[in-house]
Amino acid sequence: MRRLFSMAGYLAIKEIWHNKGRFLLVSMVIGLITLLVLFIAALGEGLGNGNREYISKVDAELIVYQAKSDFLIGASRLPRNRLDDISRVNGVSDTGRLGTSNASIILPDKPAPLKVALLGVDPGHPGEPGVLQGSQLRSNTAKEAIIDRSTALRSGLKIGDNLVIRTTQGTEDKFYDLTVAGIAEGQQYSLQPSIFVPFNTWDKVRPKSEAELNMSNPIANVVLVKLTDPNALEQVRQRITAEVNNVDVATISQAIQALPGYSAQQSTLNTQGGFTLFIGILVIGGFFQIQVLQKVPQIGVLKAIGTSNPVVAWAAIIQIIIITFIGVLIGGLFSYLFSLTFPPTVPIVFNGTTSAAALAALMIIGPLGGLVSIRYAVRIEPLKALGLSS
Amino acid sequence: MNPPTNQSYPLETRSVVKTYDTDFGIIHAVDDVSLHVAPGEFVALVGPSGSGKTTMLSILAALLQPSSGRILLDGIDLASMGEKERVRMRREKIGFTFQANNLVPYLNAVENVELMLRLNNKLDKTGKLRARELLARLGLGERLHNYPGQMSGGQQQRVAIARALIHNPSLVLADEPTASLDTERAYQVVETFAGLIHEQDRAGIMVTHDLRMVEFVDRVLLMRDGKLVQVFTTHEEIMRLARGGPHD
Repeated sequence: MRRLFSMAGYLAIKEIWHNKGRFLLVSMVIGLITLLVLFIAALGEGLGNGNREYISKVDAELIVYQAKSDFLIGASRLPRNRLDDISRVNGVSDTGRLGTSNASIILPDKPAPLKVALLGVDPGHPGEPGVLQGSQLRSNTAKEAIIDRSTALRSGLKIGDNLVIRTTQGTEDKFYDLTVAGIAEGQQYSLQPSIFVPFNTWDKVRPKSEAELNMSNPIANVVLVKLTDPNALEQVRQRITAEVNNVDVATISQAIQALPGYSAQQSTLNTQGGFTLFIGILVIGGFFQIQVLQKVPQIGVLKAIGTSNPVVAWAAIIQIIIITFIGVLIGGLFSYLFSLTFPPTVPIVFNGTTSAAALAALMIIGPLGGLVSIRYAVRIEPLKALGLSS
Repeated sequence: MNPPTNQSYPLETRSVVKTYDTDFGIIHAVDDVSLHVAPGEFVALVGPSGSGKTTMLSILAALLQPSSGRILLDGIDLASMGEKERVRMRREKIGFTFQANNLVPYLNAVENVELMLRLNNKLDKTGKLRARELLARLGLGERLHNYPGQMSGGQQQRVAIARALIHNPSLVLADEPTASLDTERAYQVVETFAGLIHEQDRAGIMVTHDLRMVEFVDRVLLMRDGKLVQVFTTHEEIMRLARGGPHD
């Protein structure tokens, strides 16, 4: 076996070295395919992350929605008494309301306001993100906010800074002053940077219609539920549905899949990635097939002087692996260099796992694409290849 | 024409037949051919186009299975072997040069010669030295690291001869080794080939359509319509044949 690989490796490397230019060209093509695949994967990760980041990091296991809201956070309305009902269900450890809306932050040194997701949370309860710097929200009426890392990066706001929010209430623009209490890690929601304010403060500053202006009972969109035993997810979920009127309950992963446009966006990008890999298979397969066709006499000579089929096949496989590896390496390097040039506003995230999966897929498509050519090389008959057949 | 049975030869064939079933009936490409080649003997297989000499060479090279008959190489019957064993026989016991595309284009001259030793797992310091010495003897001492594309047709044929001999095969086969060479280089190549076969005591067979080249061989076998029809053994007969004289 060792002799087989040593002979096959010798022939493969000698040929690559002798035809460096031609093989490098193919590696470059594979490199470009790698670049494309990695960018599609990173774009998928970035867009997906921008949509789901807050929900995926939330410190809760279940999300309670208004019944028949199709797990759409924006379409769900839950009054205060629902929170109390949910809290009383056996197996529920803690609950927190979440109110979602949009707002603009007025930045004195920047020409345009920064559009953010304005999220109302109960301080000290599920939904409030942990801070990396500064302090958590103090009370439900405090005029302060936690900003996420992307808000901090884009606005330049620091702990203790004054934050001016502009929202439209009725038909008028209103401005509210808040203090930045803490900065949390990235918590984007609906592809926007986020700011978190105490729930009652949120209810006061959020955009409202004329009809909502005189409402005194704050309405949350959903209630986030933390369980006493996270393993009892299904039981508690059924208990909430049974004991609390007019609600639907989703797990975090169900809630993510139900985010508006999330599934469609991810499946579109996955299809694009799949097609790119498929094109990669065709390109690599095509190149190696043409190459085998060009060297039929050469393979014929090798076989005629006693080179076995396994050596011929492994030489081709080793070549494909080396060329694909170099191509993937070139593509990976270019992707990394390109990623350094993108501003933080572009939703491209090179996630280790996603990139590794894309790279592994690219390493597999090489030998897969070359399968036909390997089969062809093995079937070459030395007699015909050397023109000795009658 | 049948070989004596009380002597063992590196190569001996007995009643070899190769038929092809075609739309026009059964064609006998090789028809009841028995021959032998002794150690240090260089034999030419000649005949008009379609006489069956190339088919016979392919059978002797373990590249083609006969329909019937026996091909004994060092006493081992090639006809009864499976593909794997025949590949091993080609690697270990046969040396081969072809008309064209003889060499592996991405290996230089010395690497092409060493390839046979490498395939047989016999490439050591001595083997490397022998490969260089053999190439030097063939006048390629200055071309050791040249690739086939950097050498003339004659030089490439000489590298192929070195490759065919380096692993001490029992049988050395040459298929039209002079087909792509000018007369002067063709004589040089065949003379060198014959010299090495005699010197190294190998059994050598050359298929050629160029009768001028037979002046360096020990015996000429003439094939026609798949049959071995005449054998020229004396120097006079062979030289007459080489000069284009009558041979019937």
